[in-house]
Amino acid sequence: MKARKKADSIATFFFYSSAIFIGILALIILAVLVVKSLPILSNNNFFELLFSSSWRPSRGEFGFLPFIVGTIEVTLIAMAIAIPICLLSSIYLSEYATKRMRSIFMPVIDLLAGIPSVVFGLFGILVIVPFVSFLGKMFGSSTTGYSLLSGSIILAIMVFPIIISVATAVLRSVPHELRESSLALGATRWQTVKKVVVRSSIGGLIAAVVLGFSRAIGETMAVLMVIGNVAIIPKSLFDPAYTLTSLIANNYGEMMSIPMYDSALLLAALMLLLIVAFFNIISHIILSKLIKHNYTNEA
Amino acid sequence: MTHTKLRKLKISYGDNHALKEINVDIPDKQITAIIGPSGCGKTTLLKSINRIIELSEGVKVRGEVLIDGANIYGKDADVLALRKKVGFLPQRPCPLPMSIYDNVAFGPRIHRLSEEQITKQLEKQKTNGLVKKEKSKKYQDYSKMDHLVEHYLKLAGLWDEVKDRLHSSASKLSIGQQQRLALARVLAIEPEVILADEPTSALDPLSAKLVEEQFKLLKKDYTIVIVTHILRQARRIADYVMFMYLGELIEHGPAEKFFNAPQKDKTKEYLSGEIS
Ligand SMILES: Nc1ncnc2c1ncn2[C@@H]1O[C@H](COP(=O)(O)OP(=O)(O)OP(=O)(O)O)[C@@H](O)[C@H]1O
Ligand SMILES: [Mg+2]
Repeated sequence: MKARKKADSIATFFFYSSAIFIGILALIILAVLVVKSLPILSNNNFFELLFSSSWRPSRGEFGFLPFIVGTIEVTLIAMAIAIPICLLSSIYLSEYATKRMRSIFMPVIDLLAGIPSVVFGLFGILVIVPFVSFLGKMFGSSTTGYSLLSGSIILAIMVFPIIISVATAVLRSVPHELRESSLALGATRWQTVKKVVVRSSIGGLIAAVVLGFSRAIGETMAVLMVIGNVAIIPKSLFDPAYTLTSLIANNYGEMMSIPMYDSALLLAALMLLLIVAFFNIISHIILSKLIKHNYTNEA
Repeated sequence: MTHTKLRKLKISYGDNHALKEINVDIPDKQITAIIGPSGCGKTTLLKSINRIIELSEGVKVRGEVLIDGANIYGKDADVLALRKKVGFLPQRPCPLPMSIYDNVAFGPRIHRLSEEQITKQLEKQKTNGLVKKEKSKKYQDYSKMDHLVEHYLKLAGLWDEVKDRLHSSASKLSIGQQQRLALARVLAIEPEVILADEPTSALDPLSAKLVEEQFKLLKKDYTIVIVTHILRQARRIADYVMFMYLGELIEHGPAEKFFNAPQKDKTKEYLSGEIS
């Protein structure tokens, strides 16, 4: 009896300390970023850093606006592309596809999820960039194709698998009897999907989208390869752009002789972290509101 | 005269022949109980009557189910209209992910009933006398749909318990209340036949009793087919009994005769508890 109790308390201790460790790790990362970005924060005007779009490090001008705008825009456009496509295909896979169809599709989606970022980037250069360049010419803009749109498309493709597999799992977890109840009342399949299945899994679907979002916002390699990396605020979908992640990945370890440069890059990292945290908090608020309003079944 | 007839009905799941040649007439405005041991095909039979069975994967239906003379599995049969006519109550009550009110209004809404149709439906209901109209109520304050929701919640014996929280989530109700809500939901599409698959199996005895009582009242206006594995329940509420064993309909007949003078040996064995 005593031995078991002891084992139990040791186990508790390990669980507890693992949780603490993760918490401390997050704090350490945050602390490093804050400490490292302090020099530039004390040297430059904070609002200028945020809202100026002139990025001339050699002259000591660090306007982050192009990168912030680029990051947010590329993510939002990617999600605008990804969300409808992902939700529709998840609904198809969960509600309409036969078992056989699912057993073919799901492994393909998992495969897609396992493709390294760099490979997506190459695919982007070989296929998406020429396509966007062609598209741009149709709309009367002479673009190289290395643009905001290319970055968004690549990003959308990269978040497909994660959103689709989570959303499909969420929809599949809706009990069979619930569909049956609705269909038995004479509802059509589409009415049942719309009013019952999607509605009862709305929380999980939002979670799937948020998961996709968090991946999209931090994704670097593939986007960096196709977005053009020019520090301007893009005026159209066909203009090149630059993201915070690309900024860091392209420059860290180089050009360190320029004063304040490394501090600027760490500030970029801090901003990225804050943007992600901001989106996460927003989605948590939406989610808890939804649960409070009883749209979800488990509430 | 009966509206619902099963003719040479055979159903298989892959190569598992769950039902073998069922022929039976289901009497109108009575409670028919389908009894038999687990796995004998009761649920399969019940679900075949409004084609909900077709949602199961790999299922194959042969033979006919005639409702008002037309085969519901016929080429140009309208499934949606059929399901409006033949309501189904699943074994586990499943509140739809919406408010109590919206659960009851779900059927009328998806069938896009107009205000006039609702009025007509309620007029017809009033004459059956099951639900007492409260004279003191100012009816003009309510929309037609409000009337309808109130009416069917009363008909399902749930109104008094939920009238103050119609717009809260249906999933917050107790299981017994959820089952009566499911009943109200089915009643609201104004079916002629109600199929119920072990509707009391998930309920506590008291809630089960309430649901049973409700069925006894409803049979005045509805044809009710109920699957049950509780013999005592069948004795309490059934007017007509169908006994199934391994996919075959062994014996069927009026309850009195069935319980007091069973013809087949298998039936006698089952009634005496030798097989279960
Ligand atoms: N979806 C399905 N797929 C394959 N076989 C099924 C399916 N549903 C039922 N069966 C099989 O069909 C037969 C009859 O099942 P059914 O559910 O109709 O029995 P039941 O009398 O309702 O049993 P219970 O009293 O346990 O509910 C069983 O052998 C069962 O294994
Ligand atoms: Mg059953």
